Amino acid sequence: MQASARPLVSFNLATSGTGAAHREGSTSVPMRMTISNLNFFYGPKQTLFNISMGIAANKVTALIGPSGCGKSTLLRTLNRMHETVRGTRLEGEILLDGQNIFSQDVTLLRRRVGMVFQRPNPFPKSIFENVAYGARINGIKGSLADIVETSLRRAALWDEVKDHLHKSAYELSGGQQQRLCIARALAVDPEVLLLDEPCSALDPVSTAKIEELLVQLKESCTIVIVTHNMQQAARVSDFTAFLLVGELIEFRPTPHLFTTPGDPRTEAYITGRFG
Amino acid sequence: MNARLRWRKFVSGFMLTMTGLCALVAVFILFFILGYLVFHGGKDINWAFFTKLPKPVGETGGGMANAIVGSAKLLLLASLIGVPIGFFGGMYLAEFSGSQVAFLVRYAADLLNGVPSIVIGIFAYAMLVLPFKHFSTFAGSFALCIMMIPITLRSTEEFLLGVPRELREGAMALGASKWRTIQSIVVPAAYRGIITAILLALARVAGETAPLLFTAFGNRFWSPGWNQPTASLPVVIFTYAVSPYEDWHRQAWAAGLVLLGLILVVNIVARVILSRGVRVPRS
Amino acid sequence: MATPSTAVPSAGPVVDSRSFLSRLRDGDEIARLITFLFAASVVLITALIVYQLWADSVLPRHKFGLNFLITRVWDPITEEFGALPFIYGTVVTSAVSLLIAIPLGVGAAIFLAELAPQKISDTLQFFIDLLAAVPSVIYGLLGIFIVVPLMRTWLGPALKDTLGFLPFFQGPNYGVGFLTAGIVLAIMVIPYIISVSREVLLAVPREQREAALSLGATRWESTWKVVVPFARTGILGSIFLALARALGETMAVTMVIGNTPTISASLFSPGYSIAAVIANEFTEATSDMYLQSLIGLGLVLFLLTFVINGLARLMIVLTTQKGSGTGRT
Repeated sequence: MQASARPLVSFNLATSGTGAAHREGSTSVPMRMTISNLNFFYGPKQTLFNISMGIAANKVTALIGPSGCGKSTLLRTLNRMHETVRGTRLEGEILLDGQNIFSQDVTLLRRRVGMVFQRPNPFPKSIFENVAYGARINGIKGSLADIVETSLRRAALWDEVKDHLHKSAYELSGGQQQRLCIARALAVDPEVLLLDEPCSALDPVSTAKIEELLVQLKESCTIVIVTHNMQQAARVSDFTAFLLVGELIEFRPTPHLFTTPGDPRTEAYITGRFG
Repeated sequence: MNARLRWRKFVSGFMLTMTGLCALVAVFILFFILGYLVFHGGKDINWAFFTKLPKPVGETGGGMANAIVGSAKLLLLASLIGVPIGFFGGMYLAEFSGSQVAFLVRYAADLLNGVPSIVIGIFAYAMLVLPFKHFSTFAGSFALCIMMIPITLRSTEEFLLGVPRELREGAMALGASKWRTIQSIVVPAAYRGIITAILLALARVAGETAPLLFTAFGNRFWSPGWNQPTASLPVVIFTYAVSPYEDWHRQAWAAGLVLLGLILVVNIVARVILSRGVRVPRS
Repeated sequence: MATPSTAVPSAGPVVDSRSFLSRLRDGDEIARLITFLFAASVVLITALIVYQLWADSVLPRHKFGLNFLITRVWDPITEEFGALPFIYGTVVTSAVSLLIAIPLGVGAAIFLAELAPQKISDTLQFFIDLLAAVPSVIYGLLGIFIVVPLMRTWLGPALKDTLGFLPFFQGPNYGVGFLTAGIVLAIMVIPYIISVSREVLLAVPREQREAALSLGATRWESTWKVVVPFARTGILGSIFLALARALGETMAVTMVIGNTPTISASLFSPGYSIAAVIANEFTEATSDMYLQSLIGLGLVLFLLTFVINGLARLMIVLTTQKGSGTGRT
């Protein structure tokens, strides 16, 4: 593995422009989260190298790259889920609305930054109880029934389950279970929603439904999605970051990254020369 | 096919048939025990058996009401102490402990599990009979609860660890604290297995005689409270069986049937529940 | 291109990293403390048992020292206590039980693992698990009223007629004795041998059997010469487990062994085991020396089962490692 040259990172978040400029920083789009000089270690092994990027508010940011490039690892640092595994260590800074996420209580952080996992993981409870769970334990005010309905509507699942709220979550199909998990995450009204390859275990129809709903969700929520499916990233995201072997190679508005990638490695990846 | 091959095939068929016979013998024994008990004990089970106290030595009739109640009391107190220790201890191993402490606790539990029941009786005697200078239900329960702890602990640990990591992560990602996750997600997912393990542990100690011989000792009458010696089903079976009285032998058979019947029922129910397993998500 | 894996490791427990104060507020710290106390109590009880056995057998240890283990005399009146007859009885009955139980148990396990179709194997195993749940006193009951008369009237004379030239089958036969106890013990430990052996046999990789069969071996040859040897450590472990159970068994033995501290080569002779003498004489012990000698016997029994159990667990662990390919044959 080569020593990392200074990564080609573009914060060119101007909404116009032909993509030739590679400028650092820009205040044209507000950032919900900023990552600065993030280095991540699992035991003695370093797996993320000097990552710096911003997560734009109310936009969809996609993290793409080949298997093992670190995109899931990066995602999981954003809500400090990496701390549930022994032996992990992190250097660098991550800010949420300007505040360091490591100086807050982590359970409060996780209310603000929610997560949907790769394989649907509904609790062995009813549909209602699944969605209400987060609200219950965080003592959120308001009628639980209303919260559940709102969340299920936002996840585009309400019509399908409204008459079956007390059935077990396990009776739903895979795609429905994943939308249930999204509803469950939305019920605590997070500012940011992290999705780790949410459609990789689903069929194309369910995938399309979820992609549709992500585009609607970003009006009320900031979205970060990890995906190994480039077409999905192109369809759904406003900004895309390409990672390779733990390094951030390129980070640009999606249409620019896919049509005129700045780095030859990005180009090689998106044209399928390696997977 | 030459002669040698014929011989080898014959040997093969013969030996494999023999193994089948071995398996048959093993299973036959179980049904024989059951059948014999039903045959011999069944005719002496009547209402008096369950409701009357033992008659004085030499007189016929009488029942085992005090032994049945005594066993129930012993088991109740034993579970009240033993189950929480095993359950929360197992929870500590599964959820909180570091690997060295975990190793020590597991080792101790396995060691405890292998201690012969009569030695546990000695320990309970030294702790709770000697200092107070009398036998008691409490001492008997103490001995039995020690025997329940290792089984409960290891089973709880196993079933808690068996809850998939994804469920825990799902809860933590919603902002649940560790204890909240355990209490509202992990334990409910594992409780079926844990309950059946507790039932199996109960069934096991229900039949134990040796640790009661010098803790709860025995009693021909009712034993009010927890501080007096008490009769128990297994001890009465033993006492009656080795006695020279025909009538007592008959009662021993009846009691044996009742005891074995209860134990087998609990075992069957528990194992059936266990084999059904926990429901898993479809995707 | 070799990419080092940066996938999130999925192994390992789910760890909590919050500050002490926030953990405290949410009850995490209290939960950890309380569950720790319960877990610690298990260790405490175990340690206490060992301590108590040692401390409360100090009198005979001071008076007899290690001679306690080899003295034949057991006389409460003169306060001469020796453990040898009981050790002898415990060992002999256990040995007899294993001699009977091993062939039957391993044979049944082979049948269940190799021959029987899945459903039958599982059903039979279910019944065998139930057999393991039968309490000891019930076996004793059957021992007294079935095996003892059987021994006295039929089995004993039959053995005398056929094998009477051996010292094992000479001498008077009352029905109770080492052999009877051994038979009852055998029935009690068979389920353990079957369960564990069946499991380790089932765990033998399919390729082993297939390799043998594809070389032209018969079913039996493949089983006996390839599969069983592969699993032999685990089967040995099951035998040790059964042995540990037999050594500590109290009620069934005391009901059929005759309860006399005798050392005799004859299997028809009544005898005594460690557990049986403790069970019978504990409440009759009139002096401290008497009681502590019995406790000393308990310590001997504890140490015996401790060693055997340890060996059993070791062997079973070694077998499971081998099955998963991390060990060497």
